[in-house]
Amino acid sequence: MEPVATTFFFYLLSGLAILGGVLVITRRNAIHSALALILTLLALAGLYLMLYAPFVAGVQIILYAGGIMVLFLFVIMLVNLERSAKEEQFNKQWIAGIAAAVALGGLFIYVYTKGKGLFPTHVATLPEQSNTQEIAILLYGNYMFAFEIASLLLLVAIIGAVVMAKKRI
Amino acid sequence: MAEIGILHYLVVAAALFVLGVIGVLTRRNVVVVLMSIELILNAVNLNLVAFSRMYGLHGQVFSIFVITDAAAEAAVGLGILIAFFRNKETVNIDEVDLLKW
Repeated sequence: MEPVATTFFFYLLSGLAILGGVLVITRRNAIHSALALILTLLALAGLYLMLYAPFVAGVQIILYAGGIMVLFLFVIMLVNLERSAKEEQFNKQWIAGIAAAVALGGLFIYVYTKGKGLFPTHVATLPEQSNTQEIAILLYGNYMFAFEIASLLLLVAIIGAVVMAKKRI
Repeated sequence: MAEIGILHYLVVAAALFVLGVIGVLTRRNVVVVLMSIELILNAVNLNLVAFSRMYGLHGQVFSIFVITDAAAEAAVGLGILIAFFRNKETVNIDEVDLLKW
């Protein structure tokens, strides 16, 4: 099915994503930052849908907006941020940090304007109805080993988080 | 208006990446720094999915691995934050100087 009003939805969703990103790094209250980050994540899920990646969009909403952000909000609830909210929010070397980030942005602009013609313009014919099946075939075929390593990584992360957060082991 | 091509998505991803870098480099609150890292990882994911529109599904598979990584990183990072807060009663990243002398 051809997507409708691609231009409109692209600018709407990317505008929301960038607005959320700006709010994340400027808000004083960490809970507001977390909610702005959820806005960004949901807008990105919409962009994934526009790129014919419904499975990644679903994973983005379930895992990121539903899982990781709950973790963040729990930790914000556990640690006392009231004192930190009254203090200075930016560190002493913020000018150097912003200069470095602006240099990085300038590099991006340079590369994307110089190499405009190098990016591919043809579009691959991606399966629409069977996206999840195709990803599963790749995941359990080509990327079997990486998949198993990822499960090991998650195990290590669980043990690490418990060891870090526990009072006495 | 112009047709939306891959370059549009790459520019959005670059903007999110730069915002995340600014957050990591300038904010003092560790929670916000971790959220900025999530922003950076999401920018990379958007790049991967945009290129998978051109080259087939491998980019989407890789973006799932990146999401797995982000989950592991968030869990360990927030665990470290809780351990640190228990010891020093602060969440400011420039007061994390236990290993300096």
